[in-house]
Amino acid sequence: MNNNLALECRNITKTFGRVYANKNCSLDVKKGEILAILGENGSGKTTLMNMVAGIYFPDSGKIFVNGQEVLIRSPKDAFEQKIGMIHQHFKLVDVFSAVENIALGVDDGNKYKLSNITKKVIEITQRYGFIIDPEKKIYDMSVSEKQTVEIIKVLYRGADILILDEPTAVLTPQETEKLFAVLRRMREDGKSIIIITHKMHEVLSISDRVAVLRKGEHVSTVNTAETNETELTEMMMGEKISLDITRSEPVNSVPRLEVKNITSFNEEGRKVLDDISFTAYSGEILGIAGIAGSGQRELLESIAGLHNLAEGEITYFDPITNNIENLRDKTPLQIRDLGVRLSFVPEDRLGMGLVGNMDIIDNMMLRSYTKGKSAFLERKEPKDLADKIIKDLNVATPGATTPVRQLSGGNVQKVLVGREIASSPSVLMAAYPVRGLDVNASYTIYNLLNEQKVSGVAVIFVGEDLDVLLELCDRILVINSGKITGIVDGRTAKKEEIGLLMVKSTETEGEEK
Amino acid sequence: MFKNALKNKTPLIRVVKRGRDALPWQFGILVRAIAIISALIVSGIIIMMLSGKNPIEVYASMFDGVFGTPRRIWNTLQNTVILLCISLAVTPAFKMRFWNCGAEGQVLVGGLATVSVMMFLGDKLPLPLLLVIMLAASVLAGMIWALIPAVFKSIWNTNETLFTLMMNYVAIQLVAYFLKVFAKDGSGVLKPMPQFGLPVIGKYQFLLNIIIVAVVTVIVYIYLKYSKHGYEISVVGESENTAKYIGIGVKKVIIRTLAVSGAICGITGLLLVGGTDHTISTSTVGGQGFTAIMVSWLAKFNPIYMVLTSFLIVFLDRGAGQIATKFSIPSSISDIVTGIILLFIIGCEFFLTYKIVISKSGREEK
Repeated sequence: MNNNLALECRNITKTFGRVYANKNCSLDVKKGEILAILGENGSGKTTLMNMVAGIYFPDSGKIFVNGQEVLIRSPKDAFEQKIGMIHQHFKLVDVFSAVENIALGVDDGNKYKLSNITKKVIEITQRYGFIIDPEKKIYDMSVSEKQTVEIIKVLYRGADILILDEPTAVLTPQETEKLFAVLRRMREDGKSIIIITHKMHEVLSISDRVAVLRKGEHVSTVNTAETNETELTEMMMGEKISLDITRSEPVNSVPRLEVKNITSFNEEGRKVLDDISFTAYSGEILGIAGIAGSGQRELLESIAGLHNLAEGEITYFDPITNNIENLRDKTPLQIRDLGVRLSFVPEDRLGMGLVGNMDIIDNMMLRSYTKGKSAFLERKEPKDLADKIIKDLNVATPGATTPVRQLSGGNVQKVLVGREIASSPSVLMAAYPVRGLDVNASYTIYNLLNEQKVSGVAVIFVGEDLDVLLELCDRILVINSGKITGIVDGRTAKKEEIGLLMVKSTETEGEEK
Repeated sequence: MFKNALKNKTPLIRVVKRGRDALPWQFGILVRAIAIISALIVSGIIIMMLSGKNPIEVYASMFDGVFGTPRRIWNTLQNTVILLCISLAVTPAFKMRFWNCGAEGQVLVGGLATVSVMMFLGDKLPLPLLLVIMLAASVLAGMIWALIPAVFKSIWNTNETLFTLMMNYVAIQLVAYFLKVFAKDGSGVLKPMPQFGLPVIGKYQFLLNIIIVAVVTVIVYIYLKYSKHGYEISVVGESENTAKYIGIGVKKVIIRTLAVSGAICGITGLLLVGGTDHTISTSTVGGQGFTAIMVSWLAKFNPIYMVLTSFLIVFLDRGAGQIATKFSIPSSISDIVTGIILLFIIGCEFFLTYKIVISKSGREEK
């Protein structure tokens, strides 16, 4: 065994049901280095690290720490091996101070004495240059301060190997710089740091080596100094795979929906949409590509009337009446009352698009129940629609009165897409409609979207698989940190080109403007 | 490695949620029957140990207390329909996941409105008109009492459980104040005014109450299951996000549903004061506003099942009262019996939702 290695993963495999999250993954981390783990959504980065941190247990494979084989069955075991992970979602007690949170769950045999702990915490902060008030309550802290507490918590427990899961996703550029300075100081102190990230420029600026994962497999580990953005993107994306999805030329394309300079903030006041403009045309599929959480959800929800805008306009061109309607700041109900035929397949199928405990018929009714003046429900039409969808889309279900929660993911999606298409929309938005679906179900959905396109609907398709986007869409809009970084032609664009647009840094451009 | 080997074992008994394969309905009935029989056996043993009485005799006297004489049967029915009516009132709110714990107060203010009308307008108006005003006043009072927390919830997202609970105390103190001011003799007890009460059908004092509640049951059932309002209540209760996505005005639905909930509570107040007691006291509702929560949950918010569950609760309550007096055993023992039976009945739902897996051996070390 190489004594220089802090952590070694050998042939780790982990499955969830029939899906491989990691397949024969091997990875090593040297003492005193920063290793970046790079990969697309769902490439198994977080799962692999969760196994090292004791959240999951691998199906097969071995983990070595300092050359010794170890079994890590719980986060506690991981701490015994001096491994600590800082998760994307912080796990802090809001009403406690920083020190109290750090002291929580530490069982080092010493008497619990807050002043001693505070002293040790101050020692750590001075050593690595953290800026934090140990007495401050968590609820008074900014996101960046909370993250600092999480890192100190891990250091306090004596971790030598630190895993950070997308630490910069919630930080401003300035905060990111500060974090990186701290990480570099830790490296000098001999700690090994693993950082999971999507952002290419950060990988290049902080890491010593980069490990690239693709579809659960470890592609390669390279020295950061010897590589560049293009090479890493190619490794991340892999070869183009042909899927044979039929794609027809758009006919009679006219503008149907125009989004102009929209900007919006989330609840924490972070900018989630930044000056976005585009036009969706009838009879075409407009793809939206981007790393998860780049603003795709907020964009679609803004159009559907579920997300408030700070600036900008959304205009709808009615194909029948030729009216022009402004959809900004309208509720879904007002949009429907305007006669805008907008269908929306949201990302969260059972939490938003459907009601899990209701049967298929009642879920069909969600879109149509207000029809008619009667105070009572009309279940005949929804039942016919449910039967039609079950038959046309081959939904595997015991019957139309089965609660949708009991259906498998693919069948749930068929029910949802079927319902949204049944209202003969003029704009159809679908967010990750094939996520978690098997090949056959996916093709059913592609065909449905294509049929809509041919019949003149403006289809907006948010996807994560670039191969699918490239074969299905007429144009692909790339979104990155809430900004549009490019709109490319789906027929001629290269996978690497889109990959680069997805990960290239947007902050520097912003400063130049 | 020894330490790891210990950690490695899967626990001997695990609880697993029942999967997609729905249970046959016979299984449900079987489990519930076993629960009731075992409850009777266990509480029988406890009765013998604590009081030395023959459990069979004790159970017989329970039945006697509930069905023994026509008068007892009528009382049982009356208690059942009042409890049922309150349970029906809280159900629309509960289906919407709005935890209305304020039925106690809503019924009481309904009763207070009724008794005020009886007292101040009783000898001034003809009876039919008086009844109409009584109905309107009680419904309005219950509605207002439920609407206050609903409006606060929908505008400022206040916690409805706390708010409705607090409103109960306000209602009780209102009644106490009313009695202090208007009970002329200063005793704090208001003389019954049967001359201004709801009409009596034939010789059966409680028949009208029973008919009214039966009608309310059917209406609530239809409202929840077949009306557009009922559908909106279900969607809001299941997922507020879906409701927004589909364009349901969540605030509007909350306020409207609580108006319905409060109105039915107000009617119950009318039945209690106008149709039963013909007077009011701070204990007129007697905690039934809380018991109704259990009745509604036990019936899984289905108004038809609620007929059964409210009868079950009343049966246990009245039966326990009877054994306490007949065998002159402390009423705490009869309360224990009631508790055990309820525990078994509620507990058996666990076995219908989950199954117990007993693993034969620990997982092997890798």
